[in-house]
Amino acid sequence: MTDSVLEVHDLNVEFPTEDGTVRAVRGVGYRLERGESLGIVGESGSGKSVTALAVMGLLPGTARVRGSVRFEGTELLGLSDARLSDLRGSGVAMIFQDPMTSLNPVYSVGYQISETLLRHNPGMRSRAARARAVELLGTVGIPSPERRVDNYPHELSGGMRQRVVIAIAMANDPDVIIADEPTTALDVTVQAQILEALETARAETGAALVLITHDLGVVAGHTDRVAVMYAGRIVETGSVEDIFYTPRMPYTLGLLGSLPRLDREEERLTPITGSPPSLLNLPPGCPFAPRCPLRRETCDRTEPPLRPAGHAAHLSACHFADELVGTGAGEVFDTAGADTEALARFADTAAQAPSTHAEEDPA
Amino acid sequence: MSAPTEAAASLPPLPGHGGRGEPVLQVRDLVKHFPVMSRGVVRRRVGDVHAVCGVSFDLYENETLGLVGESGSGKTTVSRTILNLETATSGRVRYRGHELTELSRRRMRPLRRELQIVFQDPYASLDPRISVHDIVAEPLRIHGRYGPEAAGEVRELLRLVGLNPEHANRFAHEFSGGQRQRIGIARALALRPKVVVLDEPVSALDVSIQAGVLNLLMDLQGELGLSFLFVAHDLSVMRHVARRVAVMYLGRLVEVAPAATLFARPAHPYTQALVSAIPLPDPRKERARRRIVVQGDVPSPVRPPSGCRFRTRCPKFAHQLTDAERTACVEQVPELADRGGGHPVACHYAESVALL
Repeated sequence: MTDSVLEVHDLNVEFPTEDGTVRAVRGVGYRLERGESLGIVGESGSGKSVTALAVMGLLPGTARVRGSVRFEGTELLGLSDARLSDLRGSGVAMIFQDPMTSLNPVYSVGYQISETLLRHNPGMRSRAARARAVELLGTVGIPSPERRVDNYPHELSGGMRQRVVIAIAMANDPDVIIADEPTTALDVTVQAQILEALETARAETGAALVLITHDLGVVAGHTDRVAVMYAGRIVETGSVEDIFYTPRMPYTLGLLGSLPRLDREEERLTPITGSPPSLLNLPPGCPFAPRCPLRRETCDRTEPPLRPAGHAAHLSACHFADELVGTGAGEVFDTAGADTEALARFADTAAQAPSTHAEEDPA
Repeated sequence: MSAPTEAAASLPPLPGHGGRGEPVLQVRDLVKHFPVMSRGVVRRRVGDVHAVCGVSFDLYENETLGLVGESGSGKTTVSRTILNLETATSGRVRYRGHELTELSRRRMRPLRRELQIVFQDPYASLDPRISVHDIVAEPLRIHGRYGPEAAGEVRELLRLVGLNPEHANRFAHEFSGGQRQRIGIARALALRPKVVVLDEPVSALDVSIQAGVLNLLMDLQGELGLSFLFVAHDLSVMRHVARRVAVMYLGRLVEVAPAATLFARPAHPYTQALVSAIPLPDPRKERARRRIVVQGDVPSPVRPPSGCRFRTRCPKFAHQLTDAERTACVEQVPELADRGGGHPVACHYAESVALL
């Protein structure tokens, strides 16, 4: 009954640098069922994009990649570039964040869509490819596609370009689409349009989706399951309901509590103090411990494994996951803003200070 | 000049905008155009970017007014023009009896103590070559207030914004993005301003860091009674920090209302589209929501549409109005006025809708 299209197991990515080895991805694993959508969330530097690039075999040669990535049973790591090229686009397609750099500025968008079609369909005539390109542009919501097909990327707006990228991604009916921050560079009204186009692309191709984003709102609306990444690892994973309603990793809880929300009355936000650790010479123990309000001695010694919290499909990497049952972010995290004492002193001196109002005669 | 007599009077506040108390900063019919030059050896002015077109609002004492809009809406130009960092093409900006748009740089300088700004990019807005102490002390020096107690004052400012005063000798690059933004806030507060313009102060930060800066700003505003003009593109942030919100589209204000009203019952189709486009981090609510999706992209501000500037993307214009009704949208610029909903809206066919 399991019909997984993509299986990532114990993926590790390291970049040797002059200062030492950067462990960008540490033992990431996930499984994507056919047609399913998985959201990967995390802040800058959490390793979410590197994971995607490793899956696609797009990392630079200096990167050391270990582990296993299986697409429909075929191991992708170590596959020749030619074999990978056969799979890219037709098996697994990728949508990048910045459509200006992922499209080639010197070719028309029609040419670039046709190119992907012809690459994977040797028998196809260029006229048929062009017709299909027009059709695809229409599908992703580009108005008057028969005219737009001859446009160059610079003639299109950011939102239009991202639609073209989606059209290219769906051109060869892939089984998996990996979208890496597909809407981050765009305004919200355009983001809504692009997410709709992405849903259309999925509906048309039946592709499974890996949606990488830092925006928890986007994940809430567009994915079935979520994996939260921190310091190169998945620290919590489960259904969207598990993650959003019963988080069992302090980081997830803090992240949710730090989001200002449109649908709630003013409520104190819960910042997570400090910054994510450097992935160079990561100390032992839980990488979130220095920022964690639940930190104990154990946390500094051993890194907690990802294990069931609540039920079998909801995993969390925290020694004290059980303590989070039924707690809100505000109860666990400090909601500090300004230093209260300094603020009181500052307010006092402000009251005493002579008026700073400029009283010079304007003449 | 009749400046001294005129200086005594502030302008009548804008009716219906929902402000409380005394307006401190009044903006009327502000216009800012940037010239578009032709290419080639002889560069001629071939047109204008209509960045800000007739924006009016009042910023009241002790309030946070949010100015929200997408990229290219002119919100940053508004914030720079009202501080006289850009020269207004026309319009008035009144601060405590002074007409800021008419002041020279020299005459503006004493007022800069009271009108401060925090910039978006905490990397570009801090001098990398001087210590954090010097960054925060710089406004004191410029305004001749760097006395014997200044070092203590700077330490106190750093403490106030949640930084360790012992780090005052470090340089900006040694701090994280969130900490840098706190340095920028400390610098803005050094002269004890009355009005602070915050231009996208948290948009470069990760959410977990952003929350701390937002909490800080809210504490400062509440405790010190400052007036904040908070410019941002993120409606969720606005909902959190602002008491009143003004929505901008392509150089014009389209709706001004108390935050609670604006988000619960937006009346302008653009505000409605914005509110419904913001994803909620709540799977059940997010999936059950009604969406108002607009078409296309923001038109060029060089040649903005006639009449209502939003009509080219407006779902109401496209699907609900009759041809006769559309004539008004094409021919008449909708005024920002109360149309029965209790707050000003710039739409001929404004209608409140509950979206959340």
